[in-house]
Amino acid sequence: MFTAKDYKSDQYVRWCPGCGDHAIITTLQKAMAEIGIPPHQIAVISGIGCSSRIPYYLSPYGFHTIHGRAAAVSTGVKVANPDLCVWQATGDGDCLAIGGNHFIHSVRRNVDLNVLLFNNQIYGLTKGQYSPTSPRGVVSKSSPFGTVERPFKPAELLFGAGGTFFARTLDVDLETAKKVMIEAVKHKGTSVIECLVNCVIFNNGAHNWISSKEDRSDRILVLEDGKPMIFGKERNKGLVLDGWDLKVTTIGENGVREADILVHDAKTVDYTLHHKLAMMQGPDMPIAMGVIRAVPCESYEEAVQNQILEVQSKAKIKSFDDLVNSLEHIEI
Amino acid sequence: MEKQAAQNVLTNVVIRFCGDSGDGMQLTGTLFSNLSAVLGNEIATFPDYPAEIRAPQGTVGGVSGFQVHVGTGIYTPGDEADVLVAMNPAALKVNAHALKPLGVLIFDSDLFEAKQLEKAGFKTDNPFTELKLSDSIQLIPVPLTQLTHDSLKDSGLDNKLILRSKNMFALGLICWLFNRPLDQAIHFVSDKFKKNLDVLQANTKVVTDGFNYGHNLHLNISTFAISKSKDLAKGSYAIMSGNKATAWGLIAASQKSGRNLFLGSYPITPATDILHELSARKDMGVKAIQAEDEIAGICMALGASFAGDLAVTSTSGPGMSLKSEAMGLAVMAELPLVVVDVMRGGPSTGLPTKTEQTDLLQALYGRNGESPLVVMAASSPDDCFHYAFMAAKIALEHMTPVILLTDAFLGNGSSLWKLPKLTDLPEIHPHIAPESLKGQFSASSRDEKTKVRYWAFPGMEGFMHRNGGLEKDCVKASICTEPKNHARMVATRAEKIAHIATVLPEMEVEGEKTADVLILGWGSTYGHLLSATNTLNAASKRTALLHFNYISPLPKNTHTILKKYKKVVVCELNSGQFASYLRSKFPDISFLQFNKVEGQPFKVSEIVEYVETLF
Repeated sequence: MFTAKDYKSDQYVRWCPGCGDHAIITTLQKAMAEIGIPPHQIAVISGIGCSSRIPYYLSPYGFHTIHGRAAAVSTGVKVANPDLCVWQATGDGDCLAIGGNHFIHSVRRNVDLNVLLFNNQIYGLTKGQYSPTSPRGVVSKSSPFGTVERPFKPAELLFGAGGTFFARTLDVDLETAKKVMIEAVKHKGTSVIECLVNCVIFNNGAHNWISSKEDRSDRILVLEDGKPMIFGKERNKGLVLDGWDLKVTTIGENGVREADILVHDAKTVDYTLHHKLAMMQGPDMPIAMGVIRAVPCESYEEAVQNQILEVQSKAKIKSFDDLVNSLEHIEI
Repeated sequence: MEKQAAQNVLTNVVIRFCGDSGDGMQLTGTLFSNLSAVLGNEIATFPDYPAEIRAPQGTVGGVSGFQVHVGTGIYTPGDEADVLVAMNPAALKVNAHALKPLGVLIFDSDLFEAKQLEKAGFKTDNPFTELKLSDSIQLIPVPLTQLTHDSLKDSGLDNKLILRSKNMFALGLICWLFNRPLDQAIHFVSDKFKKNLDVLQANTKVVTDGFNYGHNLHLNISTFAISKSKDLAKGSYAIMSGNKATAWGLIAASQKSGRNLFLGSYPITPATDILHELSARKDMGVKAIQAEDEIAGICMALGASFAGDLAVTSTSGPGMSLKSEAMGLAVMAELPLVVVDVMRGGPSTGLPTKTEQTDLLQALYGRNGESPLVVMAASSPDDCFHYAFMAAKIALEHMTPVILLTDAFLGNGSSLWKLPKLTDLPEIHPHIAPESLKGQFSASSRDEKTKVRYWAFPGMEGFMHRNGGLEKDCVKASICTEPKNHARMVATRAEKIAHIATVLPEMEVEGEKTADVLILGWGSTYGHLLSATNTLNAASKRTALLHFNYISPLPKNTHTILKKYKKVVVCELNSGQFASYLRSKFPDISFLQFNKVEGQPFKVSEIVEYVETLF
């Protein structure tokens, strides 16, 4: 049995006071303890950015690599030793700008990685430039007149790349955060958790619409596989299909009953509905949280290993000397 | 088989096959080389092919060539050809320069007609005069196209397939010319086409007809026998290309060290065959990933190294540029990693299929910060095996990235490889953390004498640690920006690499050791430089040769040797990169330079000619 303390390193955590990353790491340590994989069987790989400092603050094996490349390094770790539990920590700039290519390809391969995508919609470590997830119009040091770029939605990239797992959580909703971390580890394949975190210094309040306690339950929908999509303070709001679109409806009004509300199926291969859920935004729609998609699929390192075992079971060449002997010999 | 009369016995001969990219010249050359090796000849081959897969037929852009040097005392694929086989006018135009003044030109006379001559850009109907070919060259016109048609007219094959067999007619003819037994040729052809019976039968017939054509016509030149090698030690050999030898050296190192082999790579000419070979070796448990790009290739390898594998990435110049940041991380994290750079002409995309030694300074210095690592180079296709093995051994035992430089000339070329046994190869002892460090391990734990960091990887209980690209405290390995600590870590990483010189073999001088003139080279030019040294000494121009495989660090006795010579000339296929490096290490020595940057290997004659001016 492990406790959260077993997953802490002796290093002082140096994120700014009030940074959303503090909550995520605390929750991660609790989730790790609950999952119960011993620290020496865990590797935490990160790129560059504020959130990528996370390996230093955790007790398992950690590798703080280079900007954007954590997905590739993690892939190497997991393929080399499939028995390890591999976490990848990355930010919105690290993952979706400089590391975009590795991100979509690790998702496409479905390497069994647990990816914490810290999305604060800004570059913090370089002191406040807009990121690929900053909304259009955001004023930052590199967009003094507002950015004219259109943002990425991480979920869309993942679905487009054939991703099998996507979850979303918020730095002030630690119950959901812990739940999705545990689900991510259970899932075989690339499990991406988009953690919406607040940068108090350069982008304070970016997620304000959903982070205030009083309004949150009306503005987020925490999805659970097999359960109806119900939310709201009174637990009386739900989603229904209106033509091709999702619509919020109130149970008990206009004859709507609980049985009319859509039931979440995270395991369905077709991502049409997962996409619609992930793209919902206020003020008309709630923001979807929890596990949006979790489709069982063979993981990459498993496929690599299986192919090797299959070839080896039939191979005549078993050693280096066999290999040399397989050549046509020329006797001199 | 009938005995052939009037044979000249040659110690060696250079044959160059050339034609359209689709004419099968690489195959023809390879088959001829292989069957020559089986007959006891030494061989050295040099494929010279275009970057375009299929340029328009009959144009100079699409000409593909394959040169092979067969005989005894073979160190290079030869300067110029004794026999040139040209399948069309464009091939002749591109390769005429490579034919000796007393050489033999065999060409497909059916294609030396107006339309083809025009395609090749000839202005007149006499390409030989137009190319100013020496009068002493023997011209042997052979209607290859027609003869191949005649040979296969009853085969039922369509015209396109029939024309593809032209190269086999040429092969048969060359086999007759050089007294290669027909059954040997058929053996190799059968092996190549065993999966397609129709094509196999057709090609067997064409090879036979080509051979008999030579025999029946007694082509107006003498036939040649090539003397068997006397230089090679007795034993079993195989023909090995440099890229395959590199791949196998890594496999051997993996078995010897007990670490699984992991390759992260991205297709790039002329290095891709390493990826092909290792991808095919699932029987040996190799994990080879074709990554999404060059950066991912090295980063995956580095991840595998972090997890305890023998990790490798293979590439060529442009890929080296992309990998430099990750190489810096390997330096900083002090993880074992082998980076194979099969060099090609640069800069930028440059000359993808041509050979050069122009990545040396990039390998030595092409990273940010003070980032020393090991740089070494192979010097023949077969010794790519040894140096790949040694690169892995050094990486695993000294916890450092190692760059192994080969090039297009070595990677694509082949030579005879003496078959090794695993037990005869040196032991490899990866520098894994001892049990005594359990519970007190950090990413800074190292052997204080050698400065080699200890290796501990996920899964090992009690050795958890954090590694990374930020500067570390020299004891605790936590992030540290303290000035003196950084200076100490910079020095430690440099010392670790410098210390490796103590385990490297000392340099040995070849040729006339007491000469005044020293030829100095590194990597793939060895064969040419040795041949030049031998030629000079045979002409009483006393010359010594010093050839490097270990470049960073340099072998310990380098300076002692250099001091002994009055004139040291550094010969390399770049503008003087090794010379600059040596000047920075040994400012008291004066280095002359002989350089060539044409995308082609040296010619022995041009080295000899230059060195003669020093006497």
